[in-house]
Amino acid sequence: MVYLNVILIALAVLAGDGLKVGDQAMDFNLKNVDGQMVSLAGNKDVKGYILIFTCNTCPYSVAYEDRIIELHQKYAPKGYPVVAVQPNDGQRSPGDSFGNMQKRAKDKGFPFPYLLDETQEVTRTYGATNTPHVYVLDRKSGDTFVIEYIGTIDNNSKNAADADKHYVMDALESLLDGNSVQTTKTKAIGCTIKWAS
Amino acid sequence: MNCIRGTFIWRHRNQLSMHKSVIGLFCLGLILAFGVVGPTEVRVVKFDALEHLMTRDSEKIEVINFWATWCKPCIKELPYFQQLQNDMPEKVNVTLVSLDFADVLENKVIPFVEKRQLTTQVLLLDEIDYNSWIDKVDPSWSGAIPATLIINHQTGQRKFIERELEPGELEQLIEELTI
Repeated sequence: MVYLNVILIALAVLAGDGLKVGDQAMDFNLKNVDGQMVSLAGNKDVKGYILIFTCNTCPYSVAYEDRIIELHQKYAPKGYPVVAVQPNDGQRSPGDSFGNMQKRAKDKGFPFPYLLDETQEVTRTYGATNTPHVYVLDRKSGDTFVIEYIGTIDNNSKNAADADKHYVMDALESLLDGNSVQTTKTKAIGCTIKWAS
Repeated sequence: MNCIRGTFIWRHRNQLSMHKSVIGLFCLGLILAFGVVGPTEVRVVKFDALEHLMTRDSEKIEVINFWATWCKPCIKELPYFQQLQNDMPEKVNVTLVSLDFADVLENKVIPFVEKRQLTTQVLLLDEIDYNSWIDKVDPSWSGAIPATLIINHQTGQRKFIERELEPGELEQLIEELTI
């Protein structure tokens, strides 16, 4: 089964379009800003995760930082913590180096892990293209998580108060109520991911 | 800027020389005809203005580039668009559509456009609910910039490129759409 999953994931990656809603989420083992390694399977208590590809330097990511913190504060106690992954290559985007990630996490007091995808393999596998790019994951059985939503956080990157569609929160509320997610895919508006050349 | 001053004078002062009056009238005519007030002015628009560019009946090839002042690869390729407008003004219509937030118009976008001496049309698209309109530009668009849309209104052919362009690529794309 594990092999089959690996093959399926490899095929999805080869197809070039990344994981889709309904697909099993690929686990990873990435370094957090505190030096510890973090994986999805590492936390047995959670119901799922709000996996967010985001970075230090993109104005959209910066505009969403406080909302990402709020998402974590609201939904971690309900079983869906945020896990942030920084996908940009540190050489192409020096502001996103591991040192600068550590600084940003400290300055903003990130209450969630902020992981570096150094090889960009996780980002590529998931098919994230922009920052911030959100994947809502729901535990199905054991350490198997399924992707329930892919896209943007809400419909106003500039001003949280003016947003009237809260895609990620709506997805989480549906999952918490035991319902299926209504809007499962939106376009994640933001900056392109800076791939290593 | 002479157009703006000329129009202003024409509108607000009666003691005019005939010369200024003519300039004022001419410039006001330009404003009414094209909705632009000068080479380095940036108009803040809604999606309908963009839709107009995408659907209008024009003999010229429409080149629409989506960019922002914070986007490094966008800034890198902006000179290609300025050059294209300089080289083929009779053949292409270049519009640079800034996706900067509208509240940085005065302190970022306008100074940027002036510093770079851009003379192409520059619009700031003030439509924050991206998921309501980006599919109308192109269904394949992930929402990342730079992105460029090229349209031949006469044949209906379109090309959409969601990445930074290589030098000379723009001219090649236009040639492909012209044949």
